[in-house]
Amino acid sequence: MLTRRSGDFAAAEDAVQEALLAAFGQWPADGVPDNPRGWLIQVAHRRLVEQIRAEQARRRREDVVARREPVDRLAAPAADEEMLADRDDPLVLLFLCCHPALSPASAIALTLRAVGGLTTAEIARAFMVPEATMAQRISRAKQRIKTSGIPFRQPDAEDRVRRLGAVLHVLYLIFNEGHTRSAGPHLRQVELSTEAIRLARALHTLLPGDSEVTGLLALMLLTEARSPARTGPGGELISLADQDRRLWDAAAISEGIALVTHALPRGPVGQYQVQAAIAALHDEAPTADETDWPQILALYGVLERITDSPVVALNRAVAAAMVHGPAAGLEALATLADDPRLAGHHRLFAARAHLLEMAGDRPAAAEAYRAAAGRTTSLPERHYLVLRAARLAAG
Amino acid sequence: MLLMQFSAATADFPEIGTWQPEEIRAHIEFMRDTNDKLTATGELVEGQGLAGPDQVRIVRAGADGGPVVTEGPFPETKEFLAGYWIVDCETPQRAVEIAAGVSAAPGPGGRPLNMPIEVRPVMSAPPVEV
Repeated sequence: MLTRRSGDFAAAEDAVQEALLAAFGQWPADGVPDNPRGWLIQVAHRRLVEQIRAEQARRRREDVVARREPVDRLAAPAADEEMLADRDDPLVLLFLCCHPALSPASAIALTLRAVGGLTTAEIARAFMVPEATMAQRISRAKQRIKTSGIPFRQPDAEDRVRRLGAVLHVLYLIFNEGHTRSAGPHLRQVELSTEAIRLARALHTLLPGDSEVTGLLALMLLTEARSPARTGPGGELISLADQDRRLWDAAAISEGIALVTHALPRGPVGQYQVQAAIAALHDEAPTADETDWPQILALYGVLERITDSPVVALNRAVAAAMVHGPAAGLEALATLADDPRLAGHHRLFAARAHLLEMAGDRPAAAEAYRAAAGRTTSLPERHYLVLRAARLAAG
Repeated sequence: MLLMQFSAATADFPEIGTWQPEEIRAHIEFMRDTNDKLTATGELVEGQGLAGPDQVRIVRAGADGGPVVTEGPFPETKEFLAGYWIVDCETPQRAVEIAAGVSAAPGPGGRPLNMPIEVRPVMSAPPVEV
């Protein structure tokens, strides 16, 4: 529609993205307008005019004759019609950006650009790669969508669960990325976690009845709530048990708890709701000692059945130690050591170190902490692990 | 991170200063192409060629904290870092594949050098809450 008005597909695409961005910003707060499609087209048209004006000004300055994108790839009017009609729907755009045919890195970049509305330069900065590299990553993702012939429409009913799962996974990766980057050694990079929460919130507004979307939003809020306490003054990682709970964000915790409490009984129960429920139990405990470990242990059991993840099994072993004592936990870990997915994994060593420390075997614990430190690829985590080992050795 | 790192034992090819001009040009062009390709695949984070051993200076802080500089060359230094790339790729296998490509940079007679390339992860994984 906008393409027909302006004859420039790329500019129209950018304008639609801008409009969707505005929608994501305004709809959750102000409510969805009576005619969302018309609203989007109007906003997109306005943005397109702004863009064209800015572009003309730039061209005059630089005295460059910019060449228009050829419109012939939109030659088939019927397909064009359908495609742009569906593009008015932010949900379809999300499904497209998070398509399983894309690599996680491509899906993340495309989602932040097309749905999140970040500029390529902003995304490049957040991931600490040159802008040219990120621009290529985004354009390759778009290219991949074109060549694989993925249609611009809602997935079929049977495919929907899987595709929504891919969307949630990408949003969760963006959220976790926020705890990774920012100049390497430092832990928190607020922008990406905030961006992920914003996207999850928008998705929740679009699909209020989906319990897993609600679960993911709750999980993000309940995790992010603890972030002010996660690092010490020297930037070092502070374990959950040692965090100053007064620094936790009470508003985010109560919102997260309300969301997960609402979602769980409605079901179907999925991994994000269960993870959120576990996070809620941690966040609700006034002190580490008052943590409801029996319930956390039960929830890890549920999560293990849903995900079949060795890392979940590992967490369950730690929870078992908290309930039944370190010997029970170490026994559970010993059976996990044979899982090839965990072989040589630093978290296996870290969990073992933790339980050996609980059991009072300081030399073996220190050795396991050092083994874990040598295998992790997270710098703050390595600092934490070598520090634990050093403390035990200094005894 | 891909480190182009040699020692007398691992660099089994003549030093670049002794090559023919067209061989050097082909080598430089190959490196430039490599960077262009890695940019095009969206994987290049950083890449630098480093000055030769003759330009190395070793710096230590002195008693007053000021720099104490020792000028090269350092015949006792066994390993020498000629250059590096930081790539952001999907899998460790992909990093190995890129390293193999770089390793085959052309040398004398246009033959692949098959240089040793050290591949190491950058510490950038997300920490897990413990």
